[in-house]
Amino acid sequence: MSDWPILSVVTFLPLVGALFIFVVRGEDEVAARNARWVALWTTLVTFVVSLLMLPGFDAAAPGFQFVEKKPWLGEIAAYHMGVDGISLPFVILTTFLMPFCILASWESIHKRVKEYMICFLVLETLMVGTFCALDLVLFYFFFEAALIPMFLIIGVWGGARRIYASFKFFLYTLLGSVLMMLAIIAMYWQAGTTDVPTLIQHGFPVQMQTWLWLAFFASFAVKMPMWPVHTWLPDAHVEAPTAGSVILAGILLKMGGYGFIRFSLPMFPEASHLFAPLVYTLSVVAIIYTSLVALVQEDIKKLIAYSSIAHMGFVTMGIFSMNEAGLQGAMFLMISHGFVSGALFLCVGVIYDRLHTREISAYGGLVKRMPLYATAMMIFTMANVGLPGTSGFVGEFLTMLAAFERNTWVAFFAATGVILSAAYALWLYWRVIFGPLEKESLAKMLDLSPREIAIMVPLVALTILFGFWPAPVLDMTSHAVNFVVARTETAASAAKTAALLLSH
Amino acid sequence: MYQAIVFLPLIGFLIAGLFGRVLGPRPSEIVTTAFLFIAALLAWITFFRVGIGGADTRVQLMHWIYVGDLKIDWALRIDTMTSIMLIVVTSVSSLVHLYSIGYMHEDPSRQRFFAYLSLFTFAMLMLVTADNLVQLFFGWEGVGLASYLLIGFWYEKPSANAAAMKAFVVNRVGDFGFMLGIFAVFVMTGAVNFDTVFAQAPGLAGKTIPFLGHHWDAPTVIAVLLFIGAMGKSAQFLLHTWLPDAMEGPTPVSALIHAATMVTAGVFMVARMSPIFELSRSALDLITIVGATTAMFAATVALVQNDIKKVIAYSTCSQLGYMFVAMGSGAYSIGMFHLLTHAFFKALLFLGAGSVIHAMHHEQDMRHMGGLYKKIPFTYGAMMIGTLAITGFPFLAGYYSKDAIIEAAYASHSHFSVYAYWMTVLAAALTSFYSWRLVFLTFHGQPHDHHHYDHAHESPLVMTIPLAVLSVGAVFGGIAFYNLFVGHDVESFFRHSIFMASDNHILHAMHEVPGWAAYLPTGMMVAGFAVAYWFYVVDRTVPVALAKSQDALYQFLLNKWYFDEIYNFLFVRPALWIGRTLWKKGDGMLIDGLGPNGISARVLDVTGQVVRLQTGYLYHYAFVMLVGVAALITWFMFAGV
Repeated sequence: MSDWPILSVVTFLPLVGALFIFVVRGEDEVAARNARWVALWTTLVTFVVSLLMLPGFDAAAPGFQFVEKKPWLGEIAAYHMGVDGISLPFVILTTFLMPFCILASWESIHKRVKEYMICFLVLETLMVGTFCALDLVLFYFFFEAALIPMFLIIGVWGGARRIYASFKFFLYTLLGSVLMMLAIIAMYWQAGTTDVPTLIQHGFPVQMQTWLWLAFFASFAVKMPMWPVHTWLPDAHVEAPTAGSVILAGILLKMGGYGFIRFSLPMFPEASHLFAPLVYTLSVVAIIYTSLVALVQEDIKKLIAYSSIAHMGFVTMGIFSMNEAGLQGAMFLMISHGFVSGALFLCVGVIYDRLHTREISAYGGLVKRMPLYATAMMIFTMANVGLPGTSGFVGEFLTMLAAFERNTWVAFFAATGVILSAAYALWLYWRVIFGPLEKESLAKMLDLSPREIAIMVPLVALTILFGFWPAPVLDMTSHAVNFVVARTETAASAAKTAALLLSH
Repeated sequence: MYQAIVFLPLIGFLIAGLFGRVLGPRPSEIVTTAFLFIAALLAWITFFRVGIGGADTRVQLMHWIYVGDLKIDWALRIDTMTSIMLIVVTSVSSLVHLYSIGYMHEDPSRQRFFAYLSLFTFAMLMLVTADNLVQLFFGWEGVGLASYLLIGFWYEKPSANAAAMKAFVVNRVGDFGFMLGIFAVFVMTGAVNFDTVFAQAPGLAGKTIPFLGHHWDAPTVIAVLLFIGAMGKSAQFLLHTWLPDAMEGPTPVSALIHAATMVTAGVFMVARMSPIFELSRSALDLITIVGATTAMFAATVALVQNDIKKVIAYSTCSQLGYMFVAMGSGAYSIGMFHLLTHAFFKALLFLGAGSVIHAMHHEQDMRHMGGLYKKIPFTYGAMMIGTLAITGFPFLAGYYSKDAIIEAAYASHSHFSVYAYWMTVLAAALTSFYSWRLVFLTFHGQPHDHHHYDHAHESPLVMTIPLAVLSVGAVFGGIAFYNLFVGHDVESFFRHSIFMASDNHILHAMHEVPGWAAYLPTGMMVAGFAVAYWFYVVDRTVPVALAKSQDALYQFLLNKWYFDEIYNFLFVRPALWIGRTLWKKGDGMLIDGLGPNGISARVLDVTGQVVRLQTGYLYHYAFVMLVGVAALITWFMFAGV
């Protein structure tokens, strides 16, 4: 392992880029172009640097790697960073998606380009920080602060109802985060530290775990989002600019799932077992409910947003199956959904840039004018419905398999999502891409530009590659996930022995 | 060599798909077709080497999903079952590729068509060579995708899009069961690869599995769930509605996918999983009932359809029912036999129908045809052979395989053997009737549309050669392979690729059925022909009068037992209604109404000051967060001391 603080570099490099853009004066076209290029190069370099972690990363090693620990806030909280097989994929996913976001905003953002790019770069720092932080206070800082640039992106560069959307976003997340903050305080009070690796081993009293679990759940469930605290997501997506949607669906939603795996499961294993039925129920309701709602949407982005919620239902179901297949599946599904849903939103962005509407009824017959676009969209649609051979299948399959081992009812209802997802996704495809090209406004639509092809090709390649060869992700997550599983299992067996002792 | 069979079509797909627009249509056609013919040649070599020669093997390609105990590989399993399917798939596919060069020659996006055809073939080959259930599922969904793309090939037609989507979604209903079945297999045996599952299978007898709140007999649950998957893919009763609509696709597609190969995947899967199905009498009974019902139901609908392709589609549905009757009777090899012969004569019928449609400039309604035998004699001959084969005319392909199924149904120990026997016998009469009706309406009598009739012309050589080859198969396919599938060589031919329990003596028992039971199907075939001849050659007023007098029945059959209407009423509209209600009432009124909107309503009253509000919220938010962080830090400072 190298000596230089690679995690800090990955985390704060975007901030340096943001500073660069900040100091550039002027509001003219030249300054905007410079801002774009600086942002693109910053994100690309950050991505390359984050890839440098791969050779040094040992998936089989226990604990965290690339650890950095510096005092911060006196003796209470430390600047403690590190990654393991659970966080590293998310770090790379984040740095991977950022250049696409910058590219997707290349021509569609005209006002306040500088500020826009600064927002995105700051957001990248905060997101990477969230996944690397190994101190609860540090985590809380990144986790919550990440909402501010997102809030700005929706509120300033968003669509017509952006005020309402950002308000909703704010209200929901605030509620959850306040509770999580209280829980963090309580944990410090009980354990005397906010250091994550220590807390994972700590073992809170069962009674306390229940409350702590609920407090964390409030925050993560909103982020996820789980039914019934999901209604902020469709509005936020609809109003956000394309790149904002990509980040929202690709990364921000995953923070909830990451939180469950990193904190809730290993720190509160007994409580996790206690509440698993609740999570199953909410997951299954989410899958069926949001899939049905997705079926009748009239707005392309809203439809994809609802389908995201359904997919996150699979994720929470897999996580709380608390077995290897479930957690691995959830991890894989989150990574896969990260770039597949991102790609779908990018696809929406492509036609939105041309026609400035997201109404499904405004389209139809696009394949005639845009065959390349139709092909890309078909591949992502198929990944979204979980077709084997695309990355979407692996995660869905594993999470359902895991749920089947725990409770067949859960798997049974979750599997209906397979039918419904095909229905809403293909119906969308039919109405947008197929059919006769009759509308005047569509007659002049141009197929993907070279810039857009550059965006689509890597995503298509990754979707198919991971469908046939998911090993890179699965191998990376395997050991870290097994540690979490082992942790929950010892708790479960301990609870069982305790119950047995009591009954005798 | 085995890799070449599977991956040549994939390479063809990639070449035609990625570079088709650069290469132009003709090179794309030649490349994909040539690759398929090579694959077909290799497949026949495999058939003789593996099927006849007994050189089973397994080719490991790479790891797929390795998670804990779950180990899924990409691997090719080459045994007799595989080799049978390999020759069916590659032979029909290569002929259909060739045929399509002629049939599609006017279509501007031929590259796309050939790419899809090759993609389909690749997925189908992955399905039949699968070494484990999940790879089989990959092929299963892959052929579903290709089928979706090909049904919707003419994407400007709303009906084609609707049919494509319906096919995919209805198949997904089956897949729902299939997936649960795979999970159940994994839970009970700890593996999904066939070798391990089959080795464990005998131990499953008598075991129970907790499923949906009850403890059920494990083999039954697994078998029924898997069979639900088969029902979807093979268009069995209740999940059949997509198949007739799938005729919206170009006719070569109907021949390849919706007659010869993809729809038989369900039959193949049941035969492949015979070690598990054999353990459950109940599951086999269910298969028998569904198969027999489908055979009869589809045949009744086929009686009155006017679209030439719809008749053949329902005929396919009905013949698939026969195959499942064989499976349910425990006569797996006979089901596979019918799968093989059916692939030849049904592909022949479809391609013949395509030739008719081609001649009639894309007219498909048989009421506008008639008298064509003079114009397209070669096609007429091919259709005659196909019709004779399907109706079970002595010594042609269908005679051996279909009659074997009917005898097996009679001899079976199934609780529903009587039902299955009579359903299949009656369906044989109906089969004969509608098949001859098709021939008489199309080729005999007076032409009804003189404009089309005058311009009708025989198809080019690329289309007639496949017809000729398939005709050979339809004539000799039965007699050539009878011993391998039904007669004395079954044991040595199939070896371990299908499993028959030690008390399953169906192959012997069926030879001891009484003479009347064995000859009745042939009698039915003659009767069906006689009625059809009377109705459509001697006196055409009879069927019209009959339809008038029995109008309710006629409408019932013409509207396909009103399945589409019922499903629309039961599933489609409620789903949309529930979705809309959940969206507007659930999300909109209940969740948002109680949650954010209750508060935001107060705030949004002042939307006049949009800008101030917007920045105001941002500051509020940042402020709250800062306060939070500050409180946290303060608290730590004091508590930490």
